[in-house]
Amino acid sequence: MRKATRWFSRNLIRIYAVLGFTYLFIPVLYTFAFSFNNSVKSNLVWRGFTWNNWRNPCGAPDICNALGNSLKIGVIATFIATILGTLIAFALGRYAFKGKGIVNMLIFLPMATPELVLGASLLTMFLNFGFNPGFLTIVIAHVMFCISFVVVTVKARIASLDPRLEQAAMDLYADERETFRRITLPLVAPGIAGAALLAFSLSFDDFIITNFNSGNVNTFPKFVYISAERGLPPQANVIGSSMFFIALIVVLLGQVVQRRRKVS
Amino acid sequence: MAFLQAVAKKGEASTKRRSLLPYLLLLPGMVWLIFFFLLPILTLVSTSTKTPGLGIGEFDQTYRFANFWDALVNSHTQFVRSFVYAGIATFAALLIAYPLAYAIAFKSGRWKNVLLVLVVAPFFTSFILRTIAWKQILGGQGIGFKALVWLHIVSPDSHVTASTFAVIAGLTYNFLPFMTLPLYSSLERIDPRTMEASGDLYANALTTFRKVTLPLSMPGVVAGTLLTFIPAAGDYVNAEILGNPNTKMIGNVINSRYLQIVDYPTAAALSFTLMVAILIVVTLYIRKAGTEDLV
Repeated sequence: MRKATRWFSRNLIRIYAVLGFTYLFIPVLYTFAFSFNNSVKSNLVWRGFTWNNWRNPCGAPDICNALGNSLKIGVIATFIATILGTLIAFALGRYAFKGKGIVNMLIFLPMATPELVLGASLLTMFLNFGFNPGFLTIVIAHVMFCISFVVVTVKARIASLDPRLEQAAMDLYADERETFRRITLPLVAPGIAGAALLAFSLSFDDFIITNFNSGNVNTFPKFVYISAERGLPPQANVIGSSMFFIALIVVLLGQVVQRRRKVS
Repeated sequence: MAFLQAVAKKGEASTKRRSLLPYLLLLPGMVWLIFFFLLPILTLVSTSTKTPGLGIGEFDQTYRFANFWDALVNSHTQFVRSFVYAGIATFAALLIAYPLAYAIAFKSGRWKNVLLVLVVAPFFTSFILRTIAWKQILGGQGIGFKALVWLHIVSPDSHVTASTFAVIAGLTYNFLPFMTLPLYSSLERIDPRTMEASGDLYANALTTFRKVTLPLSMPGVVAGTLLTFIPAAGDYVNAEILGNPNTKMIGNVINSRYLQIVDYPTAAALSFTLMVAILIVVTLYIRKAGTEDLV
């Protein structure tokens, strides 16, 4: 009995962590389980197991169009935001210049502004200029709110670099450009990759800003939100679960590659 | 001599180029933020003092600052409610996330990276999908509700969803990763030897935590609470899906003013007030917590 209590108190934090992760994953597991539901109209009650939803993920009207839009927007916005954000991160992390405080402020403010305000203000501007919301305005909005997160992530990586590595390269007669290309950039690359992944996940999962600036264009979160009123089709669970597994595999593969590189 | 002068001149030119370089790096991103963040906020401010024009959705600039007053009189309840809900959710998320981040940072060994990935992984199942999942799990026909009834935690004729509790729990759940990650990164930087030293000096586990671990992890606490509080205060999805008419937050009001009632000036006035209110709370909080090292 005393042994059990001691084991319990020693592992308290681990037990707690397991409970925390369970809490995080209950809705994900539920979503996955109900992707196999043989549901008729709404996916609320369990009506038996079926592979049909996984065999035909585009079975619900417009769902794959919405998913396609989300993926396209995610890729384009991530690409632009990662480049713009990385450039800013290098400027902030490597140079002293006038107006740095203002730049820092302009990076911080979008993160301190609720999504709702970002979305509403962009829509107000687009309407004022007679610009119809659609695919382009979603991309513009997503790049805008992703930039700050990219800057913060890449800047942290630049700040953690050992300056002696670059000095060593210069000592070995590498010029500035070569040092940057062969030492700095490869060292910062994991930070840039992490920032791109973050940007993509923010863009793919965004609903509030998108809902304001999308006009008639559908995205996956918007599809889920709108169809939830009539009863969510199980195909939404299929797509949600697959995105989860794909993301998990991509990130874990990235980890393995990085570890391999470290070993060799 | 001429040679030396040329070298000097070349050096001068290159420092000049170097002093321009940071601005060139900043230019594209800053232009984007100025046009698509700053300018929209200014448009928002100017819209907030307009009054309805002749057609539907047309507004004239009349500098009617009373719009702000009217908006606040009509929706101060939802305003206060948003800040209270967001505050409680942030505190709850801190209580849940701190031990979680602590376990990942100090007790996970070789599983550290995998666990970190697992914290973010739920993001990829759309957050709306997960919120709806909670609604279905805890709804009258849901398995979670039935389990709670079976455990005699709730009575069969009560309901868990469509309540204040459900909205706050939803906010807590949805922003938990935003709390966990900054906490982890600041805990991870703590040298475990500082904690050992505290133990060597006869501090018990609680004193060590209170006097060493917690103060050293304050930057993470500040960043995490901000990243949770800000989106939670402006959220309307949780209140929409998990709440009832009496749990509407300011986000719900702004959203319906914009997209359903097409009353842009009131919506703009409320949005701008929300932004300023959050900035004030954030500034006061950062002052109090004493960390300015956020960006």
